[in-house]
Amino acid sequence: MTDSRPLWRHPEFARGARDMRDVALGIGAWGLVAGIAMTKSGLGPALAVLMSLSVFAGSAQLAALPLIVQGAPLWVVWATAFCVNLRFVIFSAGWRLYFGELPRWRRVLVTYFTVDFSYIAFMRRFPAPGPMSDQVAYVAGTGTVSWMAWQGMTVLGAVLADVIPSRWGLGFAGSLALLGITASLLVDRATWIAAIVAACAAFATFALPFHLNIVVAIAAAMAIGVLIDHVAPARGAATPLKDAA
Amino acid sequence: MTLGYVLLAFGGLALVSAVTRGFFMIPEREVPIPPWLREALRYAPLAALVAVLLPEIAMTGDHLVDTWKDARIYATAAGILVFCTTRSLLGTILAGSAVLLALRLGLGW
Repeated sequence: MTDSRPLWRHPEFARGARDMRDVALGIGAWGLVAGIAMTKSGLGPALAVLMSLSVFAGSAQLAALPLIVQGAPLWVVWATAFCVNLRFVIFSAGWRLYFGELPRWRRVLVTYFTVDFSYIAFMRRFPAPGPMSDQVAYVAGTGTVSWMAWQGMTVLGAVLADVIPSRWGLGFAGSLALLGITASLLVDRATWIAAIVAACAAFATFALPFHLNIVVAIAAAMAIGVLIDHVAPARGAATPLKDAA
Repeated sequence: MTLGYVLLAFGGLALVSAVTRGFFMIPEREVPIPPWLREALRYAPLAALVAVLLPEIAMTGDHLVDTWKDARIYATAAGILVFCTTRSLLGTILAGSAVLLALRLGLGW
């Protein structure tokens, strides 16, 4: 690093922050819903805020929430969040092309503060893969704005939820949010079939202990998905196979 | 749900966030992803969400909802309807919550 300025004085920091400004509204609304849902689920406001501060991943938090409230085994809670977060695993392969030369702890620190929208903004700003000196400042700018929007609105949601009666059922907002995310993932025939298979598998094995039905549903959906892609490749599939038979 | 259990769950979840977001940042050398795995991974988040959602929106205890007087059915239907017409996540949440609230407070479902 030849640049001795602090990160937040760098012009790319401001640019990253600016590029996230509009998206921050959406992140904030999502944070508000998560704050309300977490508080209403039985965690209470203090633990809801603590969860947001530490986990910082909205859909994984909302997916893990009912499992935690029911006291599911920890490994099932963690495995479920891991699967919901799998898209970040894919993104991290993209980040590697830009930040691969940083020391390991800085690489992991940079990506911890990235959300879906930071990835989109960053790839738009730096379309050509490869490290450049301004990239850390830019990604820090996007991360700061999304972190503040998310955490600020989560706290507000937790405080508001605490004064609203439970009878209003606002905790269901979290389920509705997951419903919308699930619906947005249904993009072609293969994903529809995978979702139906997952629902059937999860219901059929509901009696299994430790919420193992979630693991069964994931395995079944992955198997049927790969099978569909190989037997009858769907038009417009999101990730076409390079070595399709 | 003891405090220790909750805190341990949060700690692990924070680690899950760091590990998934930084997955391919952790090894010192670049790791190639086999195509079949990339392909299968596409279906995992969807399946996890469906499996978590099912008991939340369509089940009471260990069986499917068996009464029409469950506000969640109508809230879910309203959410799906709004999502299909507007593709808006916020609209989905607001419509579903409004229907749930109206049925809970109005009809006591």
